[in-house]
Amino acid sequence: MEAILTQFFNVEIMVKALPLVLQGLGITLLICVVVIPLGLVGGLLAALAAVSRNRAVRWSAIALVDLFRAVPPLVLLIFIYAGLPFAGLSLSPFAAVAIGFFLNNSAYFAEIFRAGLLSVHKGQAEAARSTGLTQNQTLIHVVLPQATRNVLPDLMSNVVEVIKLTSLASVVSLGEMLHAAGLVRSLTYNASPLVLAAGIYLAMLWPLVRLISRFERRIAS
Amino acid sequence: MTQAAQEAVAPPTLVVRGLRKSFGSEEVLQGIDLTVARRELVFVLGPSGSGKSTMLRCCNRLEEPDAGEITLEGDPVTGPKVDVNQLRRRMGMVFQAFNLYPHLSALSNVTLALRKVRGLPRPEAEAMGLTALDRVGLKAKAASYPAHLSGGQQQRVAIARALALEPSVMLFDEPTSALDPELVGDVLAVMQDMKAQGMTMLVVSHEMKFARDAADRVIFMDAGRIVEQGTPEQIFETPHHERTQTFLARFSGRG
Amino acid sequence: MEAFLDTFFNGAVLARYAPSILQGVWVTVLLSVLIVVSGIVGGAALACLRAYRIRPLSALIVIYADMFRALPPLVLILLVFFGLPNLGILLSSSTVLYLILTLVLAAFAEEIVWAGITAVPKGQWEASRSTGLGFTQTLIWVILPQAVRLVIPPLTNRAIAITKMTALGMVIGVPDILGQATTAQSFSANASPLMLAAIAYVLLFLPLVIFSRWLETRFAAPGV
Ligand SMILES: Nc1ncnc2c1ncn2[C@@H]1O[C@H](COP(=O)(O)OP(=O)(O)OP(=O)(O)O)[C@@H](O)[C@H]1O
Ligand SMILES: [Mg+2]
Repeated sequence: MEAILTQFFNVEIMVKALPLVLQGLGITLLICVVVIPLGLVGGLLAALAAVSRNRAVRWSAIALVDLFRAVPPLVLLIFIYAGLPFAGLSLSPFAAVAIGFFLNNSAYFAEIFRAGLLSVHKGQAEAARSTGLTQNQTLIHVVLPQATRNVLPDLMSNVVEVIKLTSLASVVSLGEMLHAAGLVRSLTYNASPLVLAAGIYLAMLWPLVRLISRFERRIAS
Repeated sequence: MTQAAQEAVAPPTLVVRGLRKSFGSEEVLQGIDLTVARRELVFVLGPSGSGKSTMLRCCNRLEEPDAGEITLEGDPVTGPKVDVNQLRRRMGMVFQAFNLYPHLSALSNVTLALRKVRGLPRPEAEAMGLTALDRVGLKAKAASYPAHLSGGQQQRVAIARALALEPSVMLFDEPTSALDPELVGDVLAVMQDMKAQGMTMLVVSHEMKFARDAADRVIFMDAGRIVEQGTPEQIFETPHHERTQTFLARFSGRG
Repeated sequence: MEAFLDTFFNGAVLARYAPSILQGVWVTVLLSVLIVVSGIVGGAALACLRAYRIRPLSALIVIYADMFRALPPLVLILLVFFGLPNLGILLSSSTVLYLILTLVLAAFAEEIVWAGITAVPKGQWEASRSTGLGFTQTLIWVILPQAVRLVIPPLTNRAIAITKMTALGMVIGVPDILGQATTAQSFSANASPLMLAAIAYVLLFLPLVIFSRWLETRFAAPGV
């Protein structure tokens, strides 16, 4: 018991680690702010392509989405960060993270948006077109709002996944929160900095996870 | 010129010539010719699968016709250079399933096209929207969402959505078929009122009593063709074609 | 083109390191199968326990499921891998990876199965109980079979997402596909091992992704 306290919940070490971990939190949030909008936009575009009436467009979009859902994000990240330099393309850790996560997130968001678009009844678009709205106006004002609402819990839970995913950036030495905590751990040989980081992740994500569960139950009933 | 004289020389509201449409190998419309005069209410009758909905949907090009010509007040509806969205605004359509936008209030359902297609500023669009809702007796429900309206109320909002655009013709595709019997009357009353106000209407429906009361002309369709047409009395009392007779016999036997 | 092939598909490098990456494939497959089986069984069991609505027990299950859904798996992996030795508990890196991912999958599976159980209409419980079946019998014979339909597509997706996380093992030295490939890459100073790893993952997981897509259409709710 004593050992658990000193090894995992050592307040003194946590206080020492705090500035560095908070600095890391800043970078974690920065990654989120870049990567989440990118993924949402990329995913939406891919989803629109995946429900296109043009067969070639539709199948290439679906193939691309499936490919990036099949590759583990860490593999993609390491490939971009450590593999591409051999081909003369060196990227900063941040750029590698942004590109890797963009590809990975877009694929997941695309699947969600696609389900949402397919869930909107065909009559909705027909009614809109019958009043003279163009295809784009119909998409923006009638189909997308309903599609998004129908898959809101899935979108939110994917946002949670993306935030969790940012911890992978530590592997390419981008100084986000987990990297910072890991650094202090390796200096102190004490797991408390990692517990501190875990606590911050929990504080950020637990409310979201709860909200999603609540949401899902309301839609199911 | 008097108004009557103007109307006499003006082209008919809706003209359909030689309309054909196939789905795969099945020819669903096999050459439809139809003229709807100004202020006329044409009632379309026919067995399931005879192509009634497809004909209506070709009129505003929700389905693309394979052949034939359609004009609205003399303006071509078909053809490559047509601005189909501006034409659709001039043809209101009412669907069997209402198709109200569930994420918008009744008023926003009505004003969306006013703002985006006609380009009206919001206050003006809302004033017009309220007038349209008033015409269907639902001004009080302007802020309600479709989920909180009865089927009959939803269909009346859908009618207001089309009416607000001040269309030249209204297309109805079985507007009361999805309603509970006790709610049908309200919708038909609104339609009858529109007719009294001089709206041009093309109505696909099975409400025979409404046809007798309000229709100028009844058309019987079967297997993609117009088989017979005439006044409600002619069609209901003395149908000539055998298929019209069997259809009406089966129908009155059921009803 | 030649430079590209030399960098990403270098024959000599590929021939040299293919065997170790193939070993990595077995590690990945074995870990994945173990994680999927124990994670789903564990999660389903927890969801069933929750159906009995014993307050403190349900609360514990919810807290566990929330925590393991909210925390990044890599944080948990590092915490356990570097923390437990300080308490004198020594676990191999593969064991840590297996334990954490199983716990994470079980947490998600519990939520998914629980959502499936609650989605079955109450009338089904009442009809079944009215014929004399007990609570557990009703759960097993009436409710779960109906929940399965709803549960299979999201569960498959989640299981795939979490087995892909076995790649995280590389960080603590698990000799899985990615672990072998990064080692090989640093020895060979060539990107071919990473390319080979990426291809191995695609070959392993693409069929599963396509399978999950098929499942989704097959189990799509009727009438939507
Ligand atoms: N989008 C489509 N694709 C393929 N076939 C279609 C399509 N729309 C209609 N059809 C077919 O065309 C035929 C005519 O359909 P339509 O809906 O016009 O009939 P209807 O007279 O309106 O029938 P109902 O009274 O049942 O509404 C039917 O055989 C139908 O199956
Ligand atoms: Mg029809």
